[in-house]
Amino acid sequence: MSAVPPEPPPSPAVTVTAWSPGEDVIEVMRTPAPSPARGTWRTFRETLRGLMTTFGRFVEKPVTVEYPEEKTAVYPRFRGRHKLHRFEDSGLEKCVGCSLCAAACPADCIRVVAAENTPENRVSAGERYASVYEINLSRCIFCGYCEVACPFDAITMGHDYELSDYDRTDLIFTKEMLLAEPLERTPLRNEGE
Amino acid sequence: MSVLATVGFYEEWWIQVLKAIIIFAVGLQLVPVVLLAERKLLGRFQARYGPNRVGPYGALQPLADILKLLTKEQFRPNTSAGMLFALAPLISIVTAVAAFAIIPFGNVQNIFGTPVGLYGIDVSIGPLYLFAFGAIAFYGIMLGGWSSGSKYSFLGAMRGAAQLISYEVSQGLALLGVIITAQTLSMTGIVEAQAGMWYIVPQLFGCLIFLTASFAETNRAPFDLTEADAELVGGYNTEYGGGRFASYYFAEYLNVLVVSGVVTTVFLGGWLMPFGIHPPGWVDPFIVLFKMSLITFLFIWVRATLPRLRYDQLMSFGWKVLLPLATLNALVTAVLVVATH
Repeated sequence: MSAVPPEPPPSPAVTVTAWSPGEDVIEVMRTPAPSPARGTWRTFRETLRGLMTTFGRFVEKPVTVEYPEEKTAVYPRFRGRHKLHRFEDSGLEKCVGCSLCAAACPADCIRVVAAENTPENRVSAGERYASVYEINLSRCIFCGYCEVACPFDAITMGHDYELSDYDRTDLIFTKEMLLAEPLERTPLRNEGE
Repeated sequence: MSVLATVGFYEEWWIQVLKAIIIFAVGLQLVPVVLLAERKLLGRFQARYGPNRVGPYGALQPLADILKLLTKEQFRPNTSAGMLFALAPLISIVTAVAAFAIIPFGNVQNIFGTPVGLYGIDVSIGPLYLFAFGAIAFYGIMLGGWSSGSKYSFLGAMRGAAQLISYEVSQGLALLGVIITAQTLSMTGIVEAQAGMWYIVPQLFGCLIFLTASFAETNRAPFDLTEADAELVGGYNTEYGGGRFASYYFAEYLNVLVVSGVVTTVFLGGWLMPFGIHPPGWVDPFIVLFKMSLITFLFIWVRATLPRLRYDQLMSFGWKVLLPLATLNALVTAVLVVATH
């Protein structure tokens, strides 16, 4: 004999209110679905519009910069590979080997070993000079703090950005390399360009 | 009544062999040109140059591509079904070349006193021949996808199968309007029937429908779901490499040429020039090639423009939009032809 399930108690009258998503919910308004003919026409029209858009690109000149032959011009304050400087009149190095750049460097990529200038061997304008000045460009983050830290403007950030090499040791730039004029100059952007 | 299809013009066997070789050679030469044109034009459509490193203006790029493919290892997955895996690209390529045979490049010409038709063969069932080989071409894709033993290939092949079947119907119906108007199935006959007016004018809708269905037939954007690089890695040819992949590639571009040729023949008046100009016979093939290149340009243009359709969109477009339109087109044409005769 199966038990007759008891009648559920009459539920109290519940007023169902629509759930409100709140003020910050945007309701998406949808346009009514187009009729088949209209939809087909719209698709066709938009396809033609798309075709005209691509054809517009076809007739204009490509925007490609053909890199190895054609280089992107950099801004004057672009921070590329470092340069060490000499005084133009006397030819002496500006760097006095104070190691402030090395202290400022967050990547710790500069190594300076200072030596005393002697009357026979005068390298820099100051009392001492950098007998070793190395920048490990594989560590450098090109932040430009060395440039800011230098009291004699002996080191500045240059414009060269082609710094790839096959060996990490080749990326340690010595003083002679940093003092030398770069072989290929990077094009510079003109004023307002 | 003969069981065999009647051939419009009978030629010596050696002429036919010669023509077969020439058509294959021409097709073989045209494919790299289309390949390069596609890459260059796609570049220009996207405001870049496209290949320009190999040879002058990148002209040797297709050669480099093919050399690269041919020197690669012929990889075959463990799960593949040996014979079919090797056979499938062949089917694709053979059907593409076979379909190329019925595209007329000119009428019968006297070459050194020998009458030669400038086409592979002028069968009295032109479009049927075309669709027959289109249907066999589907085996190339299907078997290739299935015999690879890879789920991506299989999915691509299944999509290809569904797509080819769906769109071949609309394609055939779109061509029906032309056949009714021309009252012949011979490709040269259809061209000659366009002497007064090219069929693109009275059959504009048929032409648009045929073109759209052809994009699907040749598995090109926006209907390239068969390959869908983003989701299927490469579709039916995922597992193919080296020469076999090159064959698939070749067949794909040859199919584009075949469809361009068919559109040229059927809607753009084949070798006929507009405004009643009648150039000497040797110009005809160049006129056809020029018109074909226009259609190929359109193919590339569309590829550069439209994004790939979703699978259900493809199916519903084929069956719900294209097929009714094609049927309507054929129906209206039939009624008009009967009414005006």
